[in-house]
Amino acid sequence: MSNRLVDALEAPSRLLTNAILEIQSYTLLSFRAIGNLFTRPIYGREIFLQMDRIGVGSLTIIILTGFFTGAVLGIQSESALRRYGAVSITGQLVAITLIRELGPVLSALMVAGRIGSGIAAELGSMVVSEQITAMRALGTDPIRKLVTPRMVATVVMLPMLTVICDAVGIGGGWIIARYKLLLSSSQYWSDAMNAILFSDAVGSLMKPIVFGFIISMTGCYVGLNTHGGTEGVGRSTISAVVSSSILVIAADFFLNNLIISISPYLNP
Amino acid sequence: MIEFRNVHMSFNDELILKGVSFTIIRGQTKIILGVSGSGKSTILKLILGLIKPDSGQILIDDQDITGLKEPELVEVRRRIGMVFQEGALFDSLSVRENVGYRLYEEGKMSEQEIQDAVLRLLGFVGLEEAIDKMPAELSGGMKRRVGLARALMVSPKVVLYDEPTAGLDPITKRSIVELMIKLRDLEGVTTVFVTHDIGAARILSSEYAVAEPDGTISFRRGGEVLCLANVHFLMLQDGTISFEGRFEELRESRDPYIQRFVT
Repeated sequence: MSNRLVDALEAPSRLLTNAILEIQSYTLLSFRAIGNLFTRPIYGREIFLQMDRIGVGSLTIIILTGFFTGAVLGIQSESALRRYGAVSITGQLVAITLIRELGPVLSALMVAGRIGSGIAAELGSMVVSEQITAMRALGTDPIRKLVTPRMVATVVMLPMLTVICDAVGIGGGWIIARYKLLLSSSQYWSDAMNAILFSDAVGSLMKPIVFGFIISMTGCYVGLNTHGGTEGVGRSTISAVVSSSILVIAADFFLNNLIISISPYLNP
Repeated sequence: MIEFRNVHMSFNDELILKGVSFTIIRGQTKIILGVSGSGKSTILKLILGLIKPDSGQILIDDQDITGLKEPELVEVRRRIGMVFQEGALFDSLSVRENVGYRLYEEGKMSEQEIQDAVLRLLGFVGLEEAIDKMPAELSGGMKRRVGLARALMVSPKVVLYDEPTAGLDPITKRSIVELMIKLRDLEGVTTVFVTHDIGAARILSSEYAVAEPDGTISFRRGGEVLCLANVHFLMLQDGTISFEGRFEELRESRDPYIQRFVT
């Protein structure tokens, strides 16, 4: 009886201990991945390979996501703005929504689905087939060879993808504004450009850098901690997408607060 | 050369090794037997310093490696080759890049020099024609032979085998064991062979390789030769060593657990 009581009391504390241990090893992995940038060897070829895979490889889905999101924003803004007779500021609405929020978050979520899962599946199958152990046995640090290049590549490429997503999205909004709402092109574009503040530009770069870090590190962490054979690889893949998507959205909330609090100092 | 002193090791609150001590001297062949999950592979990972024991000492060439940091361990690992169960080849690299992995990583040799070294080792395992293949195109036996070639790249004095014959047909299995025998008898490599395959262990402990005057290599049985006298068995049971000695002694053991294993 007393044993059961002890077990019941131990269960939540064990849960808490495990959670803290997970956070600790996630942080440790992140620090190691960053620390490897300052010591030799640096796998340059590996970084470029990953940049190509992550950046160039994600271009199509980012362009499609951006275009349709911008177009939808254009259509939706009409019904909302017409009530106030303000259809003319469609450009402003599309640009601000995309650059501040939808561009960074949607790009990050698309990349989390495509890249986060890919990293977790690749590293996970390397773990279960003992390739990671073999790599260590052959004298290579897997964090240096596998994690750091993926982290660098995602952190560098995601901001670029986000900018492309924003640009294509504003273009998509323009097509709707020009041919459906019959606004003049010059009005749409000058409206869109004038709406963007310096703080928006800072935020739209800061967000994808943080998101890119979260996506790559979560993918690597989950992948490297895979256990239980091929079934485990499947679990890791799901877990990487779910965790990184949630972390991206949660981080977005905190970053928005941060950007709003510093924007008075950024905008003249 | 390799010495375990009272090594304890646990995973997730489960004690895998409970005070394991043994010594492997230069030129010896140590065959570690045990059922799945008995901690056989753990011993190999401990020798390479891939995991750290809870307590006890592990000495490689008289140096305790349990306190070493990762960069110092790299030096230790250079002297030891390891062959993994399924080969553990890097999927994204070709056979050439897999076998030459260490040389490509070091980046000190030219492409041609690496190519020559890779071809020499692939010749040893009889797979020269597979140099440009990817691991996915290889059969199970070929993967293990490539894995062996990769382990031999820096001419290690010790080679660790983690069940290299598991799940292979008898003919392929024999070809792998013959490679192990060749390495042991012709190159003087110290062998640590972890397995539950008593058939493969039997071949390794009863046959030896001789280089004939015409350059061919033949395998002979029996007789009191040094390389066979140096074969020692070690039985791992419930985290402790329940038997240590030669095959004849193992066969005659009255321990019911060992009896079941041998027959």
